Amino acid sequence: MTIFIPTPLRAYTAGKDAVEVNAATIAGSLDELTTTFPELRKHLFTSEGRVRAFVNIYLNDEDVRYLSAKEATEVSHADTLSIIPSIAGGC
Amino acid sequence: MSALRLSKAVYDAIRAHGEETYPHECCGALLGRPTPDGWSIEASAKAGNTRTDSAHNRYEISPGELVKIERESRLRGLSIAGFYHSHPDHPAQWSQTDLAEAHWLGCSYVITAVENGKAAATNSFRLAGETEENKRFEAEAIEVRDAVKDPVSQ
Repeated sequence: MTIFIPTPLRAYTAGKDAVEVNAATIAGSLDELTTTFPELRKHLFTSEGRVRAFVNIYLNDEDVRYLSAKEATEVSHADTLSIIPSIAGGC
Repeated sequence: MSALRLSKAVYDAIRAHGEETYPHECCGALLGRPTPDGWSIEASAKAGNTRTDSAHNRYEISPGELVKIERESRLRGLSIAGFYHSHPDHPAQWSQTDLAEAHWLGCSYVITAVENGKAAATNSFRLAGETEENKRFEAEAIEVRDAVKDPVSQ
């Protein structure tokens, strides 16, 4: 499966905008990603190991928060995972 | 100081978007390539403001829409370089809300003040720092090129 890396996190993936992983689930894929690039971990997860509130994870076009199995969802080679920090603000 | 370089077409498009949505905030993404001292923007992508409860002073882009914008930018060999939004009848300066909700470190955040429906000042701020704990906005120069490129509309 391909994990797409957002612009601000490419500093921690040697500049790569996409990383291939071979895990069976979303959680496994994120674990493989952060094992390969350990500096990513603190940007994606809280100290308790949960995905940071402002980090959105999409499996193809689906928000992982709304998948029935959430991060335990099984993935296939053809799937893509997008990491998308939130964007908001105002005056 | 870093610089944000963009064509006049993109510059005009993001300012026009602010006039179009007035008195509500507009928002969108900036697509470009990195340079040693800032981003070179090649296109902009309009986004919907999901903060319909308070659109006159808040904006938010749906992450699902961002996934699509990033996919299309990748196909064009571009990266999400930053974002733009408007401040209706409010200065083109970042607010504490803007900083608290900004998470794209190293990217540019462009703000256009829209006064009585007309685009006024446009400023850009780079989200500097390495972590959420030490992030900060730094003012950056905007350099508008004459070369004409078509902005992306979504």
